[in-house]
Amino acid sequence: MLQIRNLTKIYDSGVTALDNVSFEVPDGYFLAVIGLSGSGKSTLLRCINRLIEPTSGQIIWDGVDLVGLSPEEMRRMRRKIGMVFQHFNLVNRSPVITNVLAGRLGYINPAFSLINHFPKEEVAKAIHQLNRVGIADKAQVRADELSGGQQQRVGIARALMQDPSIILADEPVASLDPVLAHSIMKYLEVINKEDRVTVICSLHFLDLVHRYAGHVVALNEGKVVFEGHPKEIDDAKFKEIYGQDAERVG
Amino acid sequence: MERKKANIWRSLGLGLLVFLVVVVYAYGTEVTQVDLSELREERRQESLVRVIRALVRPDIIAYDQEEARVNAPILVPCPEGNLPEIEPAPEGGPRLVISPGCAAPGESVHVEGFGFLANAEGPLRFVPGSDPNNNVSLGRDFINTDSSGHFEADLVLPERESDEVQYIRAVVEKSVGLPHFTKTAYDTWDKIIETVFLALLATTIGTALAVPLSFIAARNLMKTMRSPLAAVSLTALGWLAGIALAYQLSNWLGTVSEQAVASLLISGLSVVLFPVLAALVFRWAVPAEVVELPSREVRIARMVALLGLVVLTIYWLYALAGLMGLLGTQLVGVLGIFAFMGSFLFHGGDILRTLIPFIAAFIGGAATGSLLGRLGQVAAERLSVGVVRIMNIAIAALTGATFLAVFGWIVGWLYEIGNASLTLWGPAAVGAALGAFAAVRTKPKDTLPIGMVIYYIARTVFNTLRSVEALVMAIVFVIAVGIGPFAGMLALGLHTIVSLGKLYSEQVESIATGPMEAIQATGANRLQTIVYAVIPQIIPPYISYTLYRWDINVRMSTIIGFVGGGGIGFLLQQNINLLNYRGASTQMVAIAVVVATLDYVSSVVRERYT
Repeated sequence: MLQIRNLTKIYDSGVTALDNVSFEVPDGYFLAVIGLSGSGKSTLLRCINRLIEPTSGQIIWDGVDLVGLSPEEMRRMRRKIGMVFQHFNLVNRSPVITNVLAGRLGYINPAFSLINHFPKEEVAKAIHQLNRVGIADKAQVRADELSGGQQQRVGIARALMQDPSIILADEPVASLDPVLAHSIMKYLEVINKEDRVTVICSLHFLDLVHRYAGHVVALNEGKVVFEGHPKEIDDAKFKEIYGQDAERVG
Repeated sequence: MERKKANIWRSLGLGLLVFLVVVVYAYGTEVTQVDLSELREERRQESLVRVIRALVRPDIIAYDQEEARVNAPILVPCPEGNLPEIEPAPEGGPRLVISPGCAAPGESVHVEGFGFLANAEGPLRFVPGSDPNNNVSLGRDFINTDSSGHFEADLVLPERESDEVQYIRAVVEKSVGLPHFTKTAYDTWDKIIETVFLALLATTIGTALAVPLSFIAARNLMKTMRSPLAAVSLTALGWLAGIALAYQLSNWLGTVSEQAVASLLISGLSVVLFPVLAALVFRWAVPAEVVELPSREVRIARMVALLGLVVLTIYWLYALAGLMGLLGTQLVGVLGIFAFMGSFLFHGGDILRTLIPFIAAFIGGAATGSLLGRLGQVAAERLSVGVVRIMNIAIAALTGATFLAVFGWIVGWLYEIGNASLTLWGPAAVGAALGAFAAVRTKPKDTLPIGMVIYYIARTVFNTLRSVEALVMAIVFVIAVGIGPFAGMLALGLHTIVSLGKLYSEQVESIATGPMEAIQATGANRLQTIVYAVIPQIIPPYISYTLYRWDINVRMSTIIGFVGGGGIGFLLQQNINLLNYRGASTQMVAIAVVVATLDYVSSVVRERYT
């Protein structure tokens, strides 16, 4: 169970990205976070693993307040929180296998990282994860030689290497075409259903939300404007989330 | 109306600007003493032509010369009465016939030569004075012999009157045999090799040190580094204590082990056996993966084991240095022309032995610093606000006192004050007060931007040292280690560290943040983030900058000899001072060839790695 309580983030520039956000994510949920660009979706996800330090509020995961953890404790906690990014954030010049193995760094002794050494079992596991996302044959290829969809699959394999309990997916399909979007979302769905990993995924397209998410949290200017089942988003709710000028398509 | 007024002002402003620019450049011309009249002077032009002609004929290849030199007597002017008896030229060899045998200055005489080298050329000279072997000659003319070794010429006699016999000299030279390199060419070759390797070593050492330093001078990496006051103070104290302790310890170990490592058997065995032991301890103490934190007892035991390993490592380094020295001395005797490998081993051992205390001090400082720092961090996190406040004041006061006392001691040493209350207790008291004051001003649980402090210090050091030219540094190093390429290498190396450190760190600052964010999100620590997200991104610019710096170092090493830093600059300066422009030209050609070759090589390498 992940509980977000009164989470607020005010950037140094004075912009309020999150304003008193509270919601709960029971284990095993597939939660979609929706809202316009700039509504605070990315900030919210990054506050959960504290890539961005929240200004105030609590993030309670299984009874532990992540906001109160020391940097070292937080580092160890991050191992259980995988993250998938809109722009994949792979290390372009490294081979795919290294990018996947990097997901394991939280467990590896830093002394071994200095000489770029991973235990054999981890390498085998990385190949297994690449197999799950269907690109084991690309293991030795440089990451930037892959197509966008393949790169995002590497991103997912990297997150899976962490043995995560939660995966935070920040607009994982926004840079991909619709067909690829579905293939990536399906991988997340499988991870959610088979591995019982909680997925918190920010999305742009409502049809993807309807198709994959069990629950929705909608943000507008840093505030939660809707929380519930995707089916409950009617036209009135839609306009509240996306603004009065928005048109519903698809 | 309004617009027109504005236009006038703008025109006036523009006019003023143009006027100011003209004034500035006029003054610049005055100050730089631009003066072409000097160039138009005949004397200048002659020298210039002479130098340019010498420069285009570098002294690289020469032939052995076969030379025939014959003197024939002449009287200037004709004496009154009979001509004195002149001994006839020896038969057989080349000879000169001059007619008439005497003439007034300014008159010309007919000179004919027989039996000289065929198809050769050389000067025809007037030798003043009565000594036929005199090397001073004038009235120069040029002769060419035909296929039978015969020539004819008319020589105008110079204004040198004498009662005694003077001489006309014909010298005919001919290149024989195959061309060969001149001594200048060989010397230049020696020195250019020295230059290239000087630059290579300077670049290597500079790069090796600049890479780690560039990370602490990169704003994006250091900005996130924050620590509580107690952790910062304890880290600083830990570094100081660790450096002092480890330095003493390693010196002590060096003295203790001196006897032992002088024996080939003991040092050899130590060098071979230690890595096995180290590997065993390391495998136990540093597990490859840490899924769950082990118990406190295990962690302490591991830490103690690693500490013991560090002490043993220092001994091992001494043994290694000893072994290198012993083997090196042996090898020099048996390797023949590869004796330099033996001497390399020997000097390597010597360098290692000199460096061990410093390496140990660094490791000790880092270990103690991070250990105490971690302690301070944990204490600041776990303890209550009130306790932390008192702890902060105590630790900060101690740190301030220690550092100002050390600073005071250094000042006392530099200025030879010798007054403990002034240089030790005084600063300590002030430091304690400052530390306590800082601790009172800081909120107990606040974190300090220690990363940015380190960043600014590193930047300041880089910029200060970078502004000192390598040539100036070389002068200092020449005083420290004597004239020669070693001083030049150290100067270029130091300059390379600071300039590459700055260039590198700017590359680190401009990397894509996405991969860093992703690696951090996996739970990687700072070091791992650097290794896996930063380094792969900066390899191409680093290679490119390193090659560029090598280029600079080669060019710098060509002139660092001007101040005694070794390399080809020494020869170049010498030849310029001796007005031997053909020699200087040889060295300039060598420099050009090396720089151009290097430029080509680096462009090829850059293309491959970017």
